[in-house]
Amino acid sequence: MIALLKRNEALWLFIHSPAAIIAALVALAIILGAAFAPWIALVDPYDLSSFSLFDGLLPPVWEDGANPKYLLGTDDQGRDMISSILYGARLSLFIGLAAMTIATVLGVSLGLAAGYYGGRFDAIVMRIADVQLALPAILTALLIDGIARGLLPADIQQELRVWVLTLAIALSLWVNFARTARASTLVQMNKDYVQAAVMMGQRPIRIMFVHIFPNILGPLLVIMTVDLASAILLEATLSFLGIGLPADSPSLGTLIRIGMQFLLSGEWWILWIPTLFLVALVVSINVLGDFLRDVFNPRLR
Amino acid sequence: MAYFILKRLIQSLFVMLAVAFLAFSLFRFVGDPITQMTGVETSVADQERLREELGLNDPFVTQFARFTGDMLQGDFGFSYRTRQPVAEMIADRIPATLELGIVALIISLIVGIPAGVYTALRPRGVVSQTILMTTLIGVSVPTFVIGIMLIYLFGVQLGWLPTFGRGGTVQIGGWESSFFTVDGWRALILPAITLGVYQLTLTMRLVRAEMMEVMRSDYIRFATARGVPMRRLYFKHALANTMVPVITIIGLQFGGVIAFSIVTESVFQWPGMGLLFLESIRFVDIPVMGVYLVVIAFFFVVVNLIVDMLYVAIDPRLRVKDAA
Repeated sequence: MIALLKRNEALWLFIHSPAAIIAALVALAIILGAAFAPWIALVDPYDLSSFSLFDGLLPPVWEDGANPKYLLGTDDQGRDMISSILYGARLSLFIGLAAMTIATVLGVSLGLAAGYYGGRFDAIVMRIADVQLALPAILTALLIDGIARGLLPADIQQELRVWVLTLAIALSLWVNFARTARASTLVQMNKDYVQAAVMMGQRPIRIMFVHIFPNILGPLLVIMTVDLASAILLEATLSFLGIGLPADSPSLGTLIRIGMQFLLSGEWWILWIPTLFLVALVVSINVLGDFLRDVFNPRLR
Repeated sequence: MAYFILKRLIQSLFVMLAVAFLAFSLFRFVGDPITQMTGVETSVADQERLREELGLNDPFVTQFARFTGDMLQGDFGFSYRTRQPVAEMIADRIPATLELGIVALIISLIVGIPAGVYTALRPRGVVSQTILMTTLIGVSVPTFVIGIMLIYLFGVQLGWLPTFGRGGTVQIGGWESSFFTVDGWRALILPAITLGVYQLTLTMRLVRAEMMEVMRSDYIRFATARGVPMRRLYFKHALANTMVPVITIIGLQFGGVIAFSIVTESVFQWPGMGLLFLESIRFVDIPVMGVYLVVIAFFFVVVNLIVDMLYVAIDPRLRVKDAA
């Protein structure tokens, strides 16, 4: 009943917040475009036979010398920009979502357990979290990536690139989830329903995930949104630095890295269009995160 | 006071030991140092002999102790990639990164503190709203995009400023500085702004929040009622009480500045430690990675120690609590 009211209230706030609506529409458009990229995109950027060098460096349609077939122009290889971006956003979103999911599962499990059991386990988890919090996420991700490069042989390296990157990002973002989950769990631990479940002799795993977890979902949802944006940004930054995805399977960050080569020549669209997409995606997710925070935190309103 | 600092010193020592241990584990377990040092034609017997000579068969604790001892004497080993001593490679790069970071921090404070005070005092004004909107964008736009935008605008379109490298530098006792040439300053502007923007938004938001908090407190209301002039009230009474959190963020931001300098240095091809660290990751140059970590941790610890001492110097209440 309360959940229903909350949902209605959230809906009410949503339709009265133009910023949240625009952000949701932008994010939805990019997410749908990325999800259905293989069906929407004009060419397959991974398939060399689907595009031709003769179509290279065509500007977007509103500029002189454009080919109306390629709405936002082509890059130096003759790849349609829209197709590259849709496939790039697909990879960026996949890595972002996967990293966020892993970070959530890991962080929430550790946080719940730390809050539930307390004592030495709690102390160890929180000390690790403190140390990691002192290091900026990008440094942690770079370090984990570097270690993976050292441990894995070169041929497996290339195949597992996406997963190494996902894991590196996930391991640098779990701390937020763990801290929030722990703090919320500590609050719930004093409530009667938890005490009752303990008295009834239910197993700790069941108490943590069936009883406590649904009650700490609100704040976690906010962090999930904000961290999705962080994960996408981290991936883009790593790929831009040349540590992330290679040029033959480009994410948005890799596309921007490639576009940098055209900064000094006139082909502005190769750099700026992927950049615009990345910023639009991240800004809209952040705006949605801010909106959710307001919904779940009435005091800030 | 002395007890407080001693406690902090001991804590710092443990942090450094932990980081040294991490660097040592990297060095010891990620990739085999022997295969890195020898070629394919080295026989197994020779490899074993080398392993014994280098003490890689010794107990773990002995090896770690030797590693730490070497580090304390300034012996950081050799790079896998360039075969040069790591200490020299890093030392060459430290001035570039520190100068960039310091200028970025100064920008973030000089712009961030007044902007934070202003937006706190006039929260509904048009200027404040504009500043707040801009910072929201500043938080969402990634550092490297800000760098590219600055390069495009001031480097490519307007052609006012150089877009890569450090420009002219002057050697001062082994410290390669770009503070003493016009060219060096011109090269420093864009990277420093890029690095400073994110920190600036943090500084501004924190000062704003603190200032609003302080303005609500009883002593400010009392001072207002007593008829203390507004300017004196804002800048002497209120701002002084926001200084402790501001100093905290300078300490915290230092880590951010160092980390994001990796990105900024990459965008502007700034020859600092961050660029070296990136190269070392790309080539799996473990010794350089490890030493970079230790050096960064060292700076971090020193800055935080200074911050702790400043607390005590700035806020008399801490001294009282310490004595009690």
